Amino acid sequence: MTAELAGNPDSLVFLELGEALRRRGQLYAAAKAAVAGLERHPRLADSHDLYARILVDMGHLQQAYDEWQATVELDPRHRGAHKGLGFLCYRWGDLDGALEHLELAVAADPMDQSVVQALRMVRDAAAELTEVVEEPQQSLFQGLDGADHGMLLFDTRGRVLGGGMSNQLGEDVSKDVAAYVSGGCQEADRSSRILELGDWHWMVVEGVGGSMHVSRSESDTLLLVARDGSVPSGRLAVLADRAAEVALQWLEAQQP
Amino acid sequence: MSEQFKQALDGITRVRGVRGALLVTDDDGLVIADAVMEGVRGDAVAALAASLSARMARATVGAGVGEQNFLQLQAEHGTLLTMPAPNGVLVVVLAEKDVNVGLVRLEMLRAVEAVK
Repeated sequence: MTAELAGNPDSLVFLELGEALRRRGQLYAAAKAAVAGLERHPRLADSHDLYARILVDMGHLQQAYDEWQATVELDPRHRGAHKGLGFLCYRWGDLDGALEHLELAVAADPMDQSVVQALRMVRDAAAELTEVVEEPQQSLFQGLDGADHGMLLFDTRGRVLGGGMSNQLGEDVSKDVAAYVSGGCQEADRSSRILELGDWHWMVVEGVGGSMHVSRSESDTLLLVARDGSVPSGRLAVLADRAAEVALQWLEAQQP
Repeated sequence: MSEQFKQALDGITRVRGVRGALLVTDDDGLVIADAVMEGVRGDAVAALAASLSARMARATVGAGVGEQNFLQLQAEHGTLLTMPAPNGVLVVVLAEKDVNVGLVRLEMLRAVEAVK
């Protein structure tokens, strides 16, 4: 295949070559073949799909996501790209996105049992999550200072999992705040990625009336701890650490 | 760049670990003045920092923390800091992850004063 490609650089054999190298674990060589193919065939959906699969194996998930997005822009019914996007969405906790892409993948090829199975698994996970969302654990942080009105655990889509958040009037603003902060965290993801800062760990925002500390756990849940201005930032960070430990234990206990 | 702005940004970049300091418009993230190290994409830093600050501003008001006056995003390989200044200006700093944030904040406050 290498010889064929050398003889005819415009040949589509790079798709086969890249995939073969990927399967053999020669990821650098596979990426080289894919990028060379992409340069010659930028409008070919399969070339983006190939590169995305290699990027996933390399652990570059966000880049893979971008490549699969490019694939479905060129070919909205591309089964492999929807399957890949479904996998990434599921991994990032975006069950709605995962369902959407996997359903499109099944529609493109109803006989692909791996996609059917993945879709079933995501549907089950979504059903379980809905049960959790219906009953957020308000007592999750019980025993910690401000447990019921200034500590909130939620997922990357802004669904409240536990704790609570109130404003100065004592009104429950948990859902609104979770939605706003999860949006801000997506922006933080984007900033960290584009500025090559690596994964972000936490964010502190100070306002005229207090501060809030947002941290992300390994399981892609977000923890928000907010306090009034009498609590210094350092103390807020300590509180956030304690709350993170409690949240982690609770999340581990939820695992089947 | 006005001498006043330049001095304000230079004060920030003199702090060890700072890779760049910028004054940007807070609504659309355009660069007003900058002092960034080679390799730092000032326009990208400006746009992303302004966008992040705006997104989090809604959350701070919602959580009862009030109008935002400082933001720090701590990541694996660096830190992004923002501080609103008068007249729709945002002071933005990109720094190494272990920068002395206290010192940077002091210099950012001076930059805010310079913008007034």
